[in-house]
Amino acid sequence: MVVDGLTDDTVDRLFHALADATRRDILRRCVRGELSVSRLAAAYPMTFAAVQKHVTVLERAGLVTKERRGREQLVRTDPDAVGRARRALDELESAWRARVDRMSGLLADDAGRDAGPAAPAPDDRTRKGPDR
Amino acid sequence: MTVTSVDKNVDALTLTVIADFTAPVERVWQLWADPRLLERWWGPPSYPATVEEHDLTPGGGVRYYMTGPEGERYGGWWRVASVTPPTTLEFTDGFSDQEGRPNPEMPTTAVRMTLTGHDGGTRMELRSAFDTREQMEQLAEMGMVEGMSQAIGQMDGLLAG
Repeated sequence: MVVDGLTDDTVDRLFHALADATRRDILRRCVRGELSVSRLAAAYPMTFAAVQKHVTVLERAGLVTKERRGREQLVRTDPDAVGRARRALDELESAWRARVDRMSGLLADDAGRDAGPAAPAPDDRTRKGPDR
Repeated sequence: MTVTSVDKNVDALTLTVIADFTAPVERVWQLWADPRLLERWWGPPSYPATVEEHDLTPGGGVRYYMTGPEGERYGGWWRVASVTPPTTLEFTDGFSDQEGRPNPEMPTTAVRMTLTGHDGGTRMELRSAFDTREQMEQLAEMGMVEGMSQAIGQMDGLLAG
């Protein structure tokens, strides 16, 4: 799974990087190939410097790489397409594994609570700790 | 463990998960069919889901958002292709924009979920397919939000017990 061995700092940086709509949009635009910072800047109602700052946050989180070519700074995501594709499946797998775990947990709750046929379940979101 | 097998096919762009539950088929179906129950397992504990619309009929769908620890919202939607209660559900799973509308620039996956009686309990088979490799790679980038939040949930031990 992709998060194995990640430190808190790394996770914090990733979360921070992904918590902003513009940065997520930059990531999305750069998935298909490299784009220059000035080209990116043209797409948003903000200054070149502001966009550059966003790119730096993404770069520190390891989500994009930046390369200077002539007067341009080119931004791109992980160039390993096969790795990315596999990672998508890995992520989907871990998402579903966790969902299945939660489903099991809910079904176990049900089994423990119901003595007879299923009644419409009351909201038991708050049902934690010792039984009354 | 509940998950019995996982098959990832990078060429066919599919993920197939098979899970076995001890509960009967109707119970497992309710986890999908009851929006209040769906909310309790769809999103990671640290990104709980709120289901705003839930209509499991062909052409109908689900609209939801997940709320992060700092109040940020990530929206998503399903469009139901076919449904045969309490055993089969096919839908397209996608992302929404900040206003809660389906975001056409984001990748979608086609999900087929079937429930069958198995060993006195229920076997759930879930097949998730990307349209194109490009979409799959795009999701790898964007899916990190979910992947990471998932991880945080697991680190917090919220899934335990």
